[in-house]
Amino acid sequence: MMSQFYEPVIGLEIHAQLLTKTKLFCGCSTQYGSPQNSLVCPVCFGLPGALPVLNEEAVRMAVKLALVINAKIHTHSVFARKNYFYPDLPKGYQITQFHFPIATEGALEIEVNDIKKTIGIERINLEEDAGKSIHEGMEDSSEKTYLDFNRSGVPLLEIVGKPEINSPDEAVEFLQLFRTILQYLEICDGNMEEGSLRCDANLSIRKKGVTELGVKTEIKNLNSFRFLHKALEFETQRQIKLLEDGKAVRHETRLWDSRRGETRPMRSKEEAHDYRYFPEPDLPPLIITEEFISQVKETLPESPQEKRARLIEEYQIPVYDAKVLTSSRRLADFFEHTARICQNPKQASNWIMREVLQYLKEANISIDQFPIQAEDLAELILLIEKKETSLRLAKEEIFPEMLQTNKKASDIVKIKGLGQISDEQKIKAIIHQVIENNPTPLKQYLEGKQQVLGFLVGQVMKETKGKANPQLVKKTLTSILNSYK
Amino acid sequence: MSLTSFTLSELCSLLETRKIKAEEVVTDYLKEIEEKDKKISAYITVLGDLALEKAKIIDQKKERGILAGVPLALKDNLLTKGVRTTCASRILQNFIAPYNATVVEKLEKEDAIIIGKTNMDEFAMGSSTENSAFFTTKNPWDLKRVPGGSSGGSAAAVASNMAAASLGSDTGGSIRQPAALCGLVGLKPTYGLVSRYGLVAFASSLDQIGPLTRTVEDCAVLTKIIGGFDAKDSTSSCEPIPDYQKEMMKKLQSLKIAFLQENMLEGIDEGVKEMYYHTLKLLEQMGAELYEMDFPSWDYALACYYIIAPSEASSNLARYDGVRYGYRQTNSQTFKEMYVKTRTEGFGPEVKRRILLGTFALSSGYYDAYYVKAAKTRRLITQEFMEAFNKVDYILTPTTPEPAFLIGAKEDPIAMYLSDKFTVSANLAGIPALSLPVGWTEEGLPIGLQIIGNFFQESRLFKLAFAIEKKVKFRKQN
Ligand SMILES: [Zn+2]
Repeated sequence: MMSQFYEPVIGLEIHAQLLTKTKLFCGCSTQYGSPQNSLVCPVCFGLPGALPVLNEEAVRMAVKLALVINAKIHTHSVFARKNYFYPDLPKGYQITQFHFPIATEGALEIEVNDIKKTIGIERINLEEDAGKSIHEGMEDSSEKTYLDFNRSGVPLLEIVGKPEINSPDEAVEFLQLFRTILQYLEICDGNMEEGSLRCDANLSIRKKGVTELGVKTEIKNLNSFRFLHKALEFETQRQIKLLEDGKAVRHETRLWDSRRGETRPMRSKEEAHDYRYFPEPDLPPLIITEEFISQVKETLPESPQEKRARLIEEYQIPVYDAKVLTSSRRLADFFEHTARICQNPKQASNWIMREVLQYLKEANISIDQFPIQAEDLAELILLIEKKETSLRLAKEEIFPEMLQTNKKASDIVKIKGLGQISDEQKIKAIIHQVIENNPTPLKQYLEGKQQVLGFLVGQVMKETKGKANPQLVKKTLTSILNSYK
Repeated sequence: MSLTSFTLSELCSLLETRKIKAEEVVTDYLKEIEEKDKKISAYITVLGDLALEKAKIIDQKKERGILAGVPLALKDNLLTKGVRTTCASRILQNFIAPYNATVVEKLEKEDAIIIGKTNMDEFAMGSSTENSAFFTTKNPWDLKRVPGGSSGGSAAAVASNMAAASLGSDTGGSIRQPAALCGLVGLKPTYGLVSRYGLVAFASSLDQIGPLTRTVEDCAVLTKIIGGFDAKDSTSSCEPIPDYQKEMMKKLQSLKIAFLQENMLEGIDEGVKEMYYHTLKLLEQMGAELYEMDFPSWDYALACYYIIAPSEASSNLARYDGVRYGYRQTNSQTFKEMYVKTRTEGFGPEVKRRILLGTFALSSGYYDAYYVKAAKTRRLITQEFMEAFNKVDYILTPTTPEPAFLIGAKEDPIAMYLSDKFTVSANLAGIPALSLPVGWTEEGLPIGLQIIGNFFQESRLFKLAFAIEKKVKFRKQN
């Protein structure tokens, strides 16, 4: 295939569920996982006569993001109704923004293979989510669809990226960076599986060096970084092949089918919409003052880049470690907390980079859900440092136990007798027994064969199930052996 | 003598001094309803037992609100908790409201008694109550005629002493026109003065709730109670509410009045026109300075209204899909089929007509030509009003082009739409307007006068209306 002559032109559209306590236009809680239809009121259930009242917290969050991506924040923006019928859309329209969004013209710098590139962001809209249709999993799902309106009215930021991405790698990097920013600002938890971060893409193909855009397709259902990459890869090849075969690309919406590993067109009926946007008459224009913006500015947290530089400087950890640790604000917090308590940043970083991250990956959870507190990890590191246990025991026995039982390291050491034996009398007694049981090596040592020392140390360690302090064993053994001379 | 013949203000003072009991008042009203409503059909729901029960409780109460024991009727598009709220539509025929509209809360806080829910044109779309899905209300002055609409039931109930006063809603004239046709005072307040929370929306940017009463004083009392900021309505205003009743008693100071240039009265009923000029003459005698004015943008007001109102309605009525509440056609295989059947069977012809109009006007490719243009026209109309209010304090017009018309007389929807020709402009501009009865036709039908004022000038409207009311002595001929 002649794919080296072509390049994809990709734009991403991201929907981020905001972490406000209440919904966008009513006082209902946004708690995830509550019983179905327990978080509803006349407003988010679309009862007659109910009216929306804007949640200021959501506006603040939108402004935070706009500031971080250097977007132009509009002092005057307008909510609009997007009209369409669907059972989980209670009012028959979604309140969103259309002609006058809250912010426009932002940008984000990404880095792929050491090449930096700026991707433009066309607009940020503040809008409400719909409810959820439940087609499966109920007793009578074959004949009924159930509806849950808990999510109805939850605030979303719609972020429309410019078509300035030219490879699946760039797209993944863009989305990853965006997720990190959202998490840093603590305005979205970034969970793609639960749908609190969603991504659609549009993609067209053009010959390299050409500035005009080709016909694009929109790709939906990209709910992981892996799927995003695969879908864009597939769609790129599919469109190139069409062009190579002299066929036209159809402007259409395609769904990513992860099982078959391909994109396929949605039925045309599903996409033929005229949303009949018009200004929402129940809400006055949203006025954002300079004062409000500067208030929000003061609450902005350290950016990932700033944090990275500070960690390297303050804790003297390697650049690579700093990069990994700052991939999430919570992870960096966990590191700092641990390092401060145990006063050993290098060990704290080592433990988090290896054991902790490995566990998070295997359990598929975030640092917030990690069962061990930073204080407790710090205690474990301190126990090793004070030689009250060994690194090996800590890794193989204590840490796994902590994960399972939530107990403190010192308690586990006590209960399971995993403490290092540093009692000289005890060690002496064991050494004497080992020498008694091994008369030959003693004879050999006295004859000048120094290498048997290692064998005898090993025997002592075996006898203590590895709990003896090896340095102490070696020191004591040498002095005892020498006493036979 | 039945207690139903007292005005709201008279009842308030009789009840306040405990000369009469709330139970007696409610009993008399229920008797009146029992006797008259078979013929007039003002009520969709009469809350007899509930009202009596409430009256007994109020009679026992020590500290009571201003409206303690006063029976009021509510248009059936105002949500009343635990009570059926139908909007005179099949689609909400069995809908029990799960919460109270803000105005209902405010009335109940003052210990008013809701005696019933009144008939209207379906979803407030119409000028005669003939568009009710259930029945047509008759004009108490002539049972062959309409009471006006869409708040026709609210008007007929008060005019026939079946309620001390009532609340209606006004999107293009729906309080003022029935008030005029039934010989009542009706106010469409400034947009934002009264919370719309719990009013079933027709056209959100135009809808306002307002009172229909027998006197200007009653209207002032009720407006003060239902007005004021509500955190649940983002379009509600923070403007303070003065004591209208006290304000209106004060002497009229400036009295600069605009009246319509003759060409604007072309084609209207002769009796109405005569009464209009007669009232103007009266005002001149009272010392008013009269200015003849032309409002060229009004030529486009109805057209503008019939783009904006249906556009908003097409979206506001999308929630009636049979999914969560209201009527659902159960004989369907797919969502789409359920929607189509539910809405086809649930809505009446006028509602469907307006949904179609609005859907069309908002469609891509037509939006700029219709909705955007209408929005521009709307600004023009407002601007013209503001220019007029630089010169005058009031603009006076006939409320309606004709008195109450015969039931069935306006089968052509356009002919019906023309009933609002003098009233829609105030809704489009968002300014207050009041209709006041000023006289009778030869056949004995009431004629209304409309007083339009600037934003939040309700006090002034009441003041002038009160002065005119004293001069014309409309109620004496009653
Ligand atoms: Zn809610």
